[in-house]
Amino acid sequence: MKKLLAVLLTLAMLLGMVSLASADETGKVYYLNFKPEADQAWQDLAKLYTEQTGVEVKVLTAASGTYSDTLTAEMEKKDAAPTLFQIGNAEGVATWADYALKLDGTDLMNEMTTADFNLKNANGDTVAVGYCYEAYGIITNVALLQKAGHSLDEIKDFASLKAVADDIHARAAELGFDAFTSAGLDGSSSWRFSGHLTNMPLFYEFRDDGITEQPATVKGTYLNAYKNIWDLYITDSAADPAKLSGYTGGAAEDEFINGQAVFFQNGTWEFATLTEKGMKAEELTMLPIYCGVEGEENAALCAGTENCWAVNAKASEADQKATLDFLKWVVTSEEGTKMMAEQFGPIPFKSAKEPENVFFKVANEYLAAGKYVVTWAFNFTPDVDNWRAGIVSALEQYSAGTADWGEVEYAFVDGWAKCYEATH
Amino acid sequence: MKKKGRKAAGAVTSPLIRRPIQRQFAIFLLPTFLCFCIGFLWPFIQGIYLSFNKFSTISNTSWVGFGNYVKAFQDDGFRHAFGFTAMVAVTSLVLINVLAFAVAFALTKSIRGSNLFRGVFFVPNLIGGIVLGYIWKTLINSVLPVSMSIQVNYGFWGLIVVMCWQQIGYMMIIYIAGLQAVPEDMLEAAKIDGASGWKTLWHIILPNVMPSITICTFLSLTNGFKLYDQNLVLTNGAPVRRGVGMTEMLALNIANNFTTANQRGVAQAKAVLFFILVTTIALVQLRLTRSKEVQQ
Repeated sequence: MKKLLAVLLTLAMLLGMVSLASADETGKVYYLNFKPEADQAWQDLAKLYTEQTGVEVKVLTAASGTYSDTLTAEMEKKDAAPTLFQIGNAEGVATWADYALKLDGTDLMNEMTTADFNLKNANGDTVAVGYCYEAYGIITNVALLQKAGHSLDEIKDFASLKAVADDIHARAAELGFDAFTSAGLDGSSSWRFSGHLTNMPLFYEFRDDGITEQPATVKGTYLNAYKNIWDLYITDSAADPAKLSGYTGGAAEDEFINGQAVFFQNGTWEFATLTEKGMKAEELTMLPIYCGVEGEENAALCAGTENCWAVNAKASEADQKATLDFLKWVVTSEEGTKMMAEQFGPIPFKSAKEPENVFFKVANEYLAAGKYVVTWAFNFTPDVDNWRAGIVSALEQYSAGTADWGEVEYAFVDGWAKCYEATH
Repeated sequence: MKKKGRKAAGAVTSPLIRRPIQRQFAIFLLPTFLCFCIGFLWPFIQGIYLSFNKFSTISNTSWVGFGNYVKAFQDDGFRHAFGFTAMVAVTSLVLINVLAFAVAFALTKSIRGSNLFRGVFFVPNLIGGIVLGYIWKTLINSVLPVSMSIQVNYGFWGLIVVMCWQQIGYMMIIYIAGLQAVPEDMLEAAKIDGASGWKTLWHIILPNVMPSITICTFLSLTNGFKLYDQNLVLTNGAPVRRGVGMTEMLALNIANNFTTANQRGVAQAKAVLFFILVTTIALVQLRLTRSKEVQQ
């Protein structure tokens, strides 16, 4: 009995010694980062800021593909929830509206050069600011293209793109390379086609109908354009269309790096990887995704962002202020802007630095020539993961010949309506 | 003599051991009981409460009563998943148990290397579901003309193959133990009476092995219904036809529903229904096979 008492008293003593963290007078910052590639850079920057100002900055990076789950779990922690997190698109705003602080009028907002990439809530308040923007299109190996006897000037629209690609594919054995990299439908690659490529029909339809916020239904008016480009991807490539789910994103990247294909649909973020693995900046460029829409000779690259900063509205006032101060430092200081330019390319802030990325130069050239930006209409997708999963499965069946294009149309149009219903 | 008898009965019955245990059994049980409450009981009760709510995070709930359950029953995906899961569970139940029993039967016949075979058959059970599924997916898809995520039949049999490969070894071990416990004298008596191999198997061995059959049937049935890892990796529910995942099983359907922030209440309701379903089926099965057990 005495021994039992002793044990219980020791336990009680130990528990008593664990004191709750005292409330921080100066506020602290806790950033749940979205991009694993940038984790180290954020950690270094956070340490630097703490050294300079003494404010505690913690940066945690969610593993690739787990951001939503990690954010949900972290937000449950009452006093240790993230003070700074990311919202990607309209669906994210719907989910996290209660947790996003209104940012209009803050110093951070005053530093921005454009509000195009910001997200607004139902009342029109800015709840998340786009801190970088990216572009995607058809990355082209100019050297290989010239080896095949074509030049970049030839490709102005879908018809010309198809002519060049068909020609290269027909002579693939003789040339030693094919037109397109594999259009893999493995999870690591399918987002390029269920997300980025579907932006083409969505953008043109929304432009025609003047849609500026998430619609409950879509009509699929430009699905024939989507079919054009998808057929091109699977026909003019060395990959077996019946086995696309076996091709990963890494496989397509390697095919491009090893000079096995001329065209690779991806974005500006690929520049670092491609150049690190031996490609030269001079042989790389990016074409807009042409799919057979009238007037597409005037299209620029698809530009937008899924990276918007949001400040936790439920955090303490001290923490919110600390977070906003930290963000202002990141976009105005020497070290902060340098890191942002290196990691994220062009940032829409007044003190931004010029990025090295060749793809951004190309993007800017198109804009300077007056071509229209294909904005990211897919940011309006409701229940985005499930909608895209339906598209991927439909594409897979269509490519293997076990279903017709109607399956893709169903996934696109009916899927959108169902997903909208599910989230409202 | 009495004292010696008490010592021989085992130290466990002596008051020196028994009384402290009687007084302090609570402390010994407490850690495990606490873990059980924290890890299972509390989330379970909370889950049932949440199934009557609409929520995106646990602290942000609004009561909707049975609305979630109605939506769950109206969901095509859920209904289809139920049918598909039942098919997978029953098929795998039959195949796994028949094959495991056959293998166990063969390996209790003291043939050369039976110990080695037992070890080899058991090893697949040690590999985790996700890794197993991924490797099998690559293997199976490379030999098929179209991948499993396009042809529903391939997806179904792919699942069965992987489940059998993983679980036969485990059930085999249980059957071996059961077979080794069949009384020798009964078998000898049968041999003397001139019973054929089949008659011996059906009338003597099987009734005596019934406890093992109970356990193995229970395990393979519940495993079949609860399957998630291999389902996720092999096909992830594909092909999707008209919005319904053709090879989506119940657990995957529930997990997928949960990723949609507004559907979490419905997913939770489906989970509660899932629990009731599996428990009922398991209890019915246990009752049926227990009644066939023979006292040894």
